[in-house]
Amino acid sequence: MTATLERGLNALREQIDAPVASFFTSCVSCGICAEACLFYKETGDPEYTPIHKLELMRRMWSNEYTLLGRAKSLLGLGKKITDDDLTRWETLVYDSCTMCGRCTMVCPVGNDITMMIRKMREGMSASGHGPKELVGAAERHTDGTSPMGDLTQALLKRVEQASKVTGIEIEVDKPNVDYMLMLSSHEIASGEEMIASVAKIMKKAGHSWTISTEGFEATNVGIQLGNRDVAANLVSRIVDAAIKLKVKTVISPECGHAFQAIRWEGPNLIGKEYPFEVKHIIEVLDQFRAEGKLTTNGKNGDRLTFHDPCQVNRRGGINKEPRRLMNMVAENFIETEDAGTMNWCCSGGGGVGANQRANDLQAKAFNIKKRQIEAVAPDAIVTMCAFCHSTLEDQLEANEMDDIEVLSLTEMMAEYLDD
Amino acid sequence: MTNNQYFDLLMWARTTGFDIALTIMVGGILLRVIEIVVLGRKKDFAKAKGSPVTQGIKTIFSRSVPRKGTMKEAPVTYIGGYIFHIGFFVAFLFLGAHIALIKDLIGLSWPDFNKAVIETAVALAIVAAAALAYTRFTDPVRRRLTGWSDWFVLIVSVLPLITGYIAVNKVFGVDGTLWMAIHILSAELLMVSFPFTKLMHAVTFAMARYYNGSIQGRKGAES
Repeated sequence: MTATLERGLNALREQIDAPVASFFTSCVSCGICAEACLFYKETGDPEYTPIHKLELMRRMWSNEYTLLGRAKSLLGLGKKITDDDLTRWETLVYDSCTMCGRCTMVCPVGNDITMMIRKMREGMSASGHGPKELVGAAERHTDGTSPMGDLTQALLKRVEQASKVTGIEIEVDKPNVDYMLMLSSHEIASGEEMIASVAKIMKKAGHSWTISTEGFEATNVGIQLGNRDVAANLVSRIVDAAIKLKVKTVISPECGHAFQAIRWEGPNLIGKEYPFEVKHIIEVLDQFRAEGKLTTNGKNGDRLTFHDPCQVNRRGGINKEPRRLMNMVAENFIETEDAGTMNWCCSGGGGVGANQRANDLQAKAFNIKKRQIEAVAPDAIVTMCAFCHSTLEDQLEANEMDDIEVLSLTEMMAEYLDD
Repeated sequence: MTNNQYFDLLMWARTTGFDIALTIMVGGILLRVIEIVVLGRKKDFAKAKGSPVTQGIKTIFSRSVPRKGTMKEAPVTYIGGYIFHIGFFVAFLFLGAHIALIKDLIGLSWPDFNKAVIETAVALAIVAAAALAYTRFTDPVRRRLTGWSDWFVLIVSVLPLITGYIAVNKVFGVDGTLWMAIHILSAELLMVSFPFTKLMHAVTFAMARYYNGSIQGRKGAES
């Protein structure tokens, strides 16, 4: 056995806990998870059946954690996991799963298949089977301040631009504020709009806020690659920055997996509770709305629909909040089929969008979303995840549907603030 | 000899055989559940938004109903699955002889169903099992997932239904001794294999659903 294979198997072994054992024990191979998977639905290829993507992890559990399996292993009968197996499963675990979580919602015995994919990626990446783009992004982010490298100067430039556009002074690294805003590199790269929008909203709501130059990047490729060490390092930068500035609440921006990383996995990655709160920007806006601090004037008259980011809604618990906000600013809000908790993925989540090898498969998988969008024929799609946002733009363009605009809900709320 | 050569076999199946099967089943289930629970679960440090425990318990029950729109995606699996489970448990729990056996074991009893109801349930369950088996042959996803253990589980689950029907109705002659013995032995095969096969899902589904519900519930997400 090679050293990398052994490291991978050890990493996988560490992931097997009581929930995993109960899930594999309960699976009766009914195949219903396949019906929930965008990759199976759009290709009809049974290889993409979600539970099948976990076959190697199931094999390890069966060989090492069950009575009969251990007896078989003692007799040298259990089928071992080889490096070839890992190579074969690499594309199933990374290219054909966005960790969207639909399978977890339909499994009749209640298996959280998505959580197990997340766990299986720990073994895959430790054994050297992570997609090169994700590995590269992890290296760049570990060495710099974002997966795009060092974005600090770009951030400061955007802050300056946002300040100029809004006429509001924005102070970075300001201590003792109510909110510390994180951003995704997409938001920094694409312009100053997000920072400007938050500046306007915070001013209107009467809250102090800042951006830390030591922990501003919200994306966390460690979660997608399946590398706890990378993920924990990236989370602790934000935690350290928030503690240093003594902020009350950290705002996770419009980014699905970033929210998953900082809100739900983060405390477990660093092994302790945070001394501050973490909220998704849309939760913050909805709270301002409920407190009467966010009042708007006028509505967008276009035909608008909403795209639910999987990690924010289905796996993040934010479902009603964006709809309450949409109703404040949208005159013609129309939902697609399956909208809400069972919404279909944009096709780019879970690292799939960054993985070039998966491009063709992703384009196919987008078709389900495409048909649903076509059915409601919107002028624009509003969303609350920067990565869904850019994936939708790219896929709409590839399908010659780029007359449909993609909008950020936060930016839209800022646009309709009353003065 | 008024009775026949199979009488001893029947008696063994009803006494020693049953005791062995019951011991293996109960002991095996306990071991398998312990083997899962001892793996433990790390404490979750993320501040809960919803209520993990309540939603975990709720999901044990709510997941018995398919999510809206999913039934039409796999109708044979869903409908066949329901009919098989219901038919099996109607026959198992409401046949007079079974109730008497359960009363003997744990002291609890309840009214039985009449023969027509039981036999309809058995017939439907057998047809449903055949439909489920058919999809395992023909449907690419199910064919991909199905291994020898799935076939084994399907067969040992259906055998007591078929043999019970034959024994009760004396299909192969007036003397039902042999078939009654085979029926009881087939049930014992089911009991003995229970802890070591996917039949365990009948116990661990509750754990799996609880975990799923509690993970989602902590986040305030649906499950």
